Amino acid sequence: MQRRLLFLLPLLTLALMAGFFAWSLLVGRDPAAIGSVLVGRPAPRLDLPALRAGDPPLTDALLKSGKPVLVNFFASWCAPCLAEHPLFTRLGEREGAVIIGIAWKNKRDEAEAWLKRLGDPFKSAGLDLDGKTGLDWGLSGVPETYAIDGNGIVRMHFRGPITERDLNESILPFLKGAK
Amino acid sequence: MRRAVALLALLFTLPALAVEPSEVLADPALEARARTIGQALRCVVCQNQSIDDSAAEVAHDMRRAVRERLTAGDSNDQVFAFMVARYGDYVLLKPPFKTGTLVLWLGAPLLLLLAGSALLLAARRRQRAGLAAPQPLSDEERRRLDGILSEAKDLLGNRKDPSATPQDGG
Amino acid sequence: MIPELGHFSLILALAVALVQGTLPLLGASRGDARLMALGRTAALTQAFLVILAFGALTQAYVTSDFSVANVVANSHSAKPLIYKISGVWGNHEGSMLLWALILSLFGAAVAIFGANLPDTLRSRVLAIQALIGVGFLAFLLFTSNPFERLSPAPPDGNGLNPLLQDPGLAFHPPLLYLGYVGFSVTYAFAIAALLEGRVDAAWARWVRPWTLAAWCFLTLGIALGSWWAYYILGWGGFWFWDPVENASLMPWLAGTALLHSAIVVEKRDSLKSWTVLLAILAFSLSLLGTFLVRSGVLTSVHAFAQDPARGMFILAFLLAVTGGGLALYAWRAPKLMPGGLFQPISREGALILNNLLLCTLAATVLLGTLYPLFLDLLTGNKVSVGPPFFNATFVPICAPLFAALCVGPFLGWKRAELWPALMQLRVAFIVSVIAAIVASYAVDGRATLAAIAFGFGVWLIVGSLVEFAGRLRLGRAPFADSLRRLKATPRASLGMTIAHTALGFVVLGAVATSAWHLELMHTMKPGETVTFAGYQVTLQKVEEVKGANYIAERATLAVAYDGRPYTTMQPERRLFLVQRRQVAETAIHTNLLRDFYVTLGEGDANGGWVIRLYLNPLAPWIWLGAAFCALGGFVSLSDRRLRIGAPSRRPVAQPAE
Repeated sequence: MQRRLLFLLPLLTLALMAGFFAWSLLVGRDPAAIGSVLVGRPAPRLDLPALRAGDPPLTDALLKSGKPVLVNFFASWCAPCLAEHPLFTRLGEREGAVIIGIAWKNKRDEAEAWLKRLGDPFKSAGLDLDGKTGLDWGLSGVPETYAIDGNGIVRMHFRGPITERDLNESILPFLKGAK
Repeated sequence: MRRAVALLALLFTLPALAVEPSEVLADPALEARARTIGQALRCVVCQNQSIDDSAAEVAHDMRRAVRERLTAGDSNDQVFAFMVARYGDYVLLKPPFKTGTLVLWLGAPLLLLLAGSALLLAARRRQRAGLAAPQPLSDEERRRLDGILSEAKDLLGNRKDPSATPQDGG
Repeated sequence: MIPELGHFSLILALAVALVQGTLPLLGASRGDARLMALGRTAALTQAFLVILAFGALTQAYVTSDFSVANVVANSHSAKPLIYKISGVWGNHEGSMLLWALILSLFGAAVAIFGANLPDTLRSRVLAIQALIGVGFLAFLLFTSNPFERLSPAPPDGNGLNPLLQDPGLAFHPPLLYLGYVGFSVTYAFAIAALLEGRVDAAWARWVRPWTLAAWCFLTLGIALGSWWAYYILGWGGFWFWDPVENASLMPWLAGTALLHSAIVVEKRDSLKSWTVLLAILAFSLSLLGTFLVRSGVLTSVHAFAQDPARGMFILAFLLAVTGGGLALYAWRAPKLMPGGLFQPISREGALILNNLLLCTLAATVLLGTLYPLFLDLLTGNKVSVGPPFFNATFVPICAPLFAALCVGPFLGWKRAELWPALMQLRVAFIVSVIAAIVASYAVDGRATLAAIAFGFGVWLIVGSLVEFAGRLRLGRAPFADSLRRLKATPRASLGMTIAHTALGFVVLGAVATSAWHLELMHTMKPGETVTFAGYQVTLQKVEEVKGANYIAERATLAVAYDGRPYTTMQPERRLFLVQRRQVAETAIHTNLLRDFYVTLGEGDANGGWVIRLYLNPLAPWIWLGAAFCALGGFVSLSDRRLRIGAPSRRPVAQPAE
């Protein structure tokens, strides 16, 4: 009987592996997804020069104001950033959300021109020319958006452009709930 | 080989495509450490490449950050911790050894140990049952063997005779 | 018209495969000679039909028929002819068709060359082959049809991935598939044996040529892929533990274990259930590799476009083939007659150790490749498993494997003494230790792991040659006597010596290139000279060059040694116009002892260019060694004993099956 079990072992191993494969295919797991380790932790440091002339530089105080904040990393040379920008305009104007924009690896004049052309929904805007801040925030590229609650804890981290669905299912409830 | 010794300063662990001349540190020992660390950090936007082998922007930033931290005096472990704090265990090409990865690290060696010991036990059991070691011949068996051997000798003696016709295909 | 013919051929081939997969099986269990003979006819017909289909697709590519969707997606009129042809299998659908082609060709080969097999066995093998063919043909016809038309036909195609436009690509997939599909034949043999309820020395003798052939081709395919990555990807690495590379390594490891395990079945009628299991596993791992590459569950630089629907189909097929095989194994294998007994210290024991270690290596690779998937699904945590993991887990297990490899041939069957065997290898041991010390001092005077690994490579070479010399009684008997013994040496033994020695060369090359290479990176302007590894390298010029379907920047570097001109290297950066992708063409100068390797990087605003110079010691030995390994396999394959006079079968004495 013990011997029989031994001979069944390969088949059982196969069943286990195949189970995982089927699971992966059925849930549509994305093998390239990185995940985010910042969610649930205090937001990383913010210490950047302002993008727009005359504005004060960006500091951590902006993230601990007691109100929920969205932080959006973007760049003028980034096509998906163009696609998601109207959603931020909507968030800024209609929902009154506080959005901090950070131009990542963007020349100052190019970023400013881009915002002037498309609309500027950012309450504060910073310039991360060398990408050091992006690294501290676990950035893997642009666009990426972080939702930070009133206590300065990161609640959500979107990699890639946000969609209508993200807006309705995640961001709006977050903004309403955290108030 | 003499050349190899002479150019010790340029020895690195593994080739790296994407490291730029402008990134290379002046101190060769630090640069060597940067390369070792770089080979062990994953480019988070690539497919299974280390940051040393990737031309992506993020990889460039990470390489620079590694060198900055090394210049600031961090140990290798501290540099890894720096990256893990920002990108998670995913960024390590050598998975950490913790409860979640026990099966990964120990699975195959354990299998080897189990299979090996099971086989040795089975062999020992057979040996104890006296099957593996041949028993010495009994007198009866020895007499039979002697008879067969002398028969064989007779047959071979006939064969060596050149006048004898071969019985079979040889 | 011709693509439709190809499509129709495939449909017919599926029908024939269905017949071939069922009736001969019925015939074998009933003893119906006519049904069994049907297997042979069907196999030949199926091969003919799939050849037609493959020919049709190739014709579409060669004539740049852009009404065929597959051609549009993967070809372009400006592409050179050889890449038009190799582009046929440079995509998912075409490569699946190549699989089906080789599958049917192997089936035909069994039909033609399997005359010495008993009818029942041959018809069962052909039937199993056909059932596997049914799976692939169905996959092709229902999810990956290469003959789909586009209407209206676009004026030109999207071209082939520039990385793939290389002579290495032309041969890498076909060789690899010859290996994978070859293992389908051994799988079929294993299933047939389980169905018959009999695994014996005769079966092992019949299986051996097919296993050898598959193993040789797989070795060549993997080596070619590794070499191609080395000179194409531009950073001097040759193995990256990428999931798709691992997917080809696992069947190779299982196949090597199978090869050696079958020897014990043949010589000692023992290790039967293990050998059958390995035969099932080798092919299952090949299928697993197909699944991993095409389903999208893993990321890889090699992976084809992902499609979960295809993934489910392949998974179902994998379950049917592997699950069916393993279920049959669980049911039938315990009933196999146990064979000759032996002591732990014996050649059988050594080959069991060989099996264990190779299977552990395969398990390590499997675990490492799939763990991120498992962990992510179970806990949501993401980990990466890269080269550092495999270097820490795979490489150490090679040590006992290599150590035992040289000792095994000195051990006798059934029972042997370890110490006399080790004593015969004392020269090899001493030479290896000296080699390790010399290597260590020549590089940097430290006893590094690399020096020890180098010693293992020397051990493999000297140990195998010592065994061969002993076999010829070299030095102990007159030379003419040794020569006579050499002529009388069975090819299988010759093959073993060649393959084991060649493995040693592979190890030496891999260790030297990985651990002791030299590198220099410099931004150079035309006219500048740098000194590197004793050579003076001058960048003469960088000019623009036009190719068939690309524009390149080509650098010309003059290499001098001791003031005298040595060679000229011309690395390039090619921009392929259709795909707008840049590919670096490395320049490699080899003297078979080392590779001098140059790549051209980006140019900067000041007219300077990033030049990377590498010196890779013993790198050519990696691929030459692998080629000789395969040669050893082919020499073994040419052994007359494999073609004539299989040991006669014992009459079936056992009662109930």
